[in-house]
Amino acid sequence: MSAPSSSPAPLHLAVALDGAGRHPAAWREPGARPDELFTARYWAGFAAEAEAGLLDFITFEDGLALQSSSPTGSDERTDRVRGRLDAVLTAARVAPLTRRIGLVPTVTATHTEPFHISKAIATLDHVSRGRAGLRIQVSELAHEARHFGRRTAPFADGELHAEAADHVEVVRRLWDSWEDDAEIRDVATGRFVDREKLHHIDFEGRHFSVRGPSITPRPPQGQPVVTASGAGEASYALIARSTEVGYVAAHDGDGPRAAVAAIRRAREATGLAADPLHLFGELTVFLDADAPAAAARLERLDALAGDPYVGDGAVFTGSAGQLADLLLERRAAGLSGFLLRPGVIAHDLPAITRTLVPELQRRGTFRRAYEADTLRGLLGLERPTNRYARPAA
Amino acid sequence: MSSKPLKQIHLAAHFPGVNNTTVWSDPAAGSHIDFDSFIHFARTAERAKFDFLFLAEGLRLREQGGEIYDLDVVGRPDTFTVLAALAAVTDRLGLTGTINSTFNEPYEVARQFATLDHLSEGRAAWNVVTSWDAFTGENFRRGGFLPREDRYSRAQEFLATATELFDSWDGSEIAADAGSGTFLRDARAGAFAHRGRHFDIEGRFNVPRSPQGRPVIFQAGDSEEGREFAAAGADAIFGRYGTLDAGREFYADVKGRLARHGRTHDQLKILPAATFVLGDTDAEAREIAHEVRRLQVSGQTAIKFLEHVWNRDLSAYDPDGPLPEIDPLVGENTIALGRASVRQFRDPLATARQWRELARAKNLSIRELVISATADQTFVGSAATIAESIDTLVQADAADGFILVPHITPGGLDGFADSVVPLLQERGVFRTEYEGTTLRDHLGLAVPTPASASASAPAPAPVS
Ligand SMILES: Cc1cc2nc3c(=O)[nH]c(=O)nc-3n(C[C@H](O)[C@H](O)[C@H](O)COP(=O)(O)O)c2cc1C
Repeated sequence: MSAPSSSPAPLHLAVALDGAGRHPAAWREPGARPDELFTARYWAGFAAEAEAGLLDFITFEDGLALQSSSPTGSDERTDRVRGRLDAVLTAARVAPLTRRIGLVPTVTATHTEPFHISKAIATLDHVSRGRAGLRIQVSELAHEARHFGRRTAPFADGELHAEAADHVEVVRRLWDSWEDDAEIRDVATGRFVDREKLHHIDFEGRHFSVRGPSITPRPPQGQPVVTASGAGEASYALIARSTEVGYVAAHDGDGPRAAVAAIRRAREATGLAADPLHLFGELTVFLDADAPAAAARLERLDALAGDPYVGDGAVFTGSAGQLADLLLERRAAGLSGFLLRPGVIAHDLPAITRTLVPELQRRGTFRRAYEADTLRGLLGLERPTNRYARPAA
Repeated sequence: MSSKPLKQIHLAAHFPGVNNTTVWSDPAAGSHIDFDSFIHFARTAERAKFDFLFLAEGLRLREQGGEIYDLDVVGRPDTFTVLAALAAVTDRLGLTGTINSTFNEPYEVARQFATLDHLSEGRAAWNVVTSWDAFTGENFRRGGFLPREDRYSRAQEFLATATELFDSWDGSEIAADAGSGTFLRDARAGAFAHRGRHFDIEGRFNVPRSPQGRPVIFQAGDSEEGREFAAAGADAIFGRYGTLDAGREFYADVKGRLARHGRTHDQLKILPAATFVLGDTDAEAREIAHEVRRLQVSGQTAIKFLEHVWNRDLSAYDPDGPLPEIDPLVGENTIALGRASVRQFRDPLATARQWRELARAKNLSIRELVISATADQTFVGSAATIAESIDTLVQADAADGFILVPHITPGGLDGFADSVVPLLQERGVFRTEYEGTTLRDHLGLAVPTPASASASAPAPAPVS
């Protein structure tokens, strides 16, 4: 394939890691190592693979309930992966073993304390030297709420997303609650910190109030990268108000364009239109030498699972060249990158890093080396100034 | 001397934290936040074959007189996150995190500890603390409504609930048999239901049983309720008493409580916090120790410390002058917030009286009084002297070992590892190699059997 005359802007690429992969039968594939799902080795290996492919970041999926195919509770199935490790800890465990790739664990706002989450992600940023993000999600599952017992479903419309926006607001204020130069170690006056540079955040919201400051100093990126998935108005509002990266399903047709337009409108309404916001297309991928091979593999997986894979987003089967075509075409909807969900991590992640990435590089639309050592740097986002810092006189 | 076999000593390292123990003004003091400091510290502890690394926790910056306290080291990373990262750069060292039972929920904490145990291949431990104050509560959804007398009832139920969650998987559920398509052998893996005063929860726990079954459990309270809590269910105590007499008294008291809970002497390790100053000679060490104490207790620090007891603003007093003649304000301490030390002085009038007498008798200034009234270093001397003291205290049942708190980050442990540890090894009271891989192995603790499996296990001896 020949390179287009004017090379398009580079794409951003991330992969979502969850169990053995997006397909319910993924764990039965050769090389899937389902008996190692709860080891550090398993996650470190895939993080290294993604980093070798120069991807922007990996997300670690998570939830505060056992996986289930039923929305009302446990499905009691024995033929699918069940159980998973905490995403923030898993990201922290692989951080010292990687150097450049962004690490974006999933956090459920509905049942967690923003104070704890803020210091956890700040610490992930400290241990990874500026490569932390988070993917904020809400949970309306009644059975998940029963694991906490503090509140009962159903929740009012939009309530959980509004709460998640408050959660992120608290997390962000806490990141700023220490100015960068708060630690002074001034032997002459005996002061370790300049208390004028530590700030109470005094957040008051419908679901919680938080006084601050954080116990953890401001992270290296200032503000780690906040991300969220969008499907519907409430989640678009959350993306618009609270994130630097939003994910929308990269279906064909007008869906992505409409989602992008809705989020951009909401962004205008929040007054944040001047702040950069990446919108990534979300896509499950089954990547093989050609389309028939990929289709055949999906068929084989479906037969193992006993159901055809529908997923809850866009699905791609085909070759690296075809996927590159599709990504470059769909980004016209206003997408600056893609979050790829490997159907089978053991197969499709190496296919992404070893066939898709070189294909995109050949077309001049993907990096050939990491150009920055922070996640913000990779995404072209500046390190934000601290909202509490007084400008120098 | 009796013919009792030599006790093996347990040693651990406490990453220097946020109080005036840490001498941040020393040119050798590095960052207490940068991950390189944690790597250095953890690797030193592991090189010395220590049992574990210990992290304390605070959930609100301290304030005094309405202002954030600025004289001591401030700021620390999140416990779980830094321990998970440390699991990547160490192989054997136990990883003990202090996590509060008031401002957390059992499902989330059990999940984090089970995860840490998986990711470290069996090296996780949980120091359960019960700070309950409204001041800390202002950072959390729960707020600060837990009455002081409920802190251990919540802690107890929190731990019991977490244990039910850990035990909801017995470790045999995962088949991961691709051929037959059986991932789980047991469709109900992780099922639990807990109904109690503090928690009413049910469902499915989503982390399979971890290498140690559950983390090693530490307790660090000193009250009557705290001691009972430890005797009933903890594997180890992070203690306060590092001297011979106080140590033996505490040791005998707590170990004496075990039988009533159907437990044996070996099932609870008592590990006091201990500071140390090492010199080439005892005389040199004493000199350094004196200097360190003066750095730890500046004039300002002395005044601030006195305010904890007096419960009033003493900023007008000269630290090099005599103690205030005015009496402490009795009642709720409002001057210093977020300070555990405040609660040590339950009768401030008596304390003030005592200190005035001491200061008059020895002609001490405020600063000198505070230096002598607050914790001296536990061990001061040459490597030989310190090794001897540690061994003596352990063989005399004042402790089962110590959690060392160096006064410098991150290199404060290096000298101890290089000079004291080899002497303890020569004495045959400290390991030269790790014998096992898990923290339970290091501490000589059995892997717990999940409740569901214990139905077929022999019943414990009846307790009369
Ligand atoms: C040696 C020691 C260390 C402690 N470390 C912590 C700590 O790091 N974080 C914390 O919140 N509480 C800490 N505490 C407080 C206790 O764990 C406990 O929650 C509190 O003192 C109330 O219990 P008590 O009344 O039984 O002492 C410590 C206590 C002791 C004795």
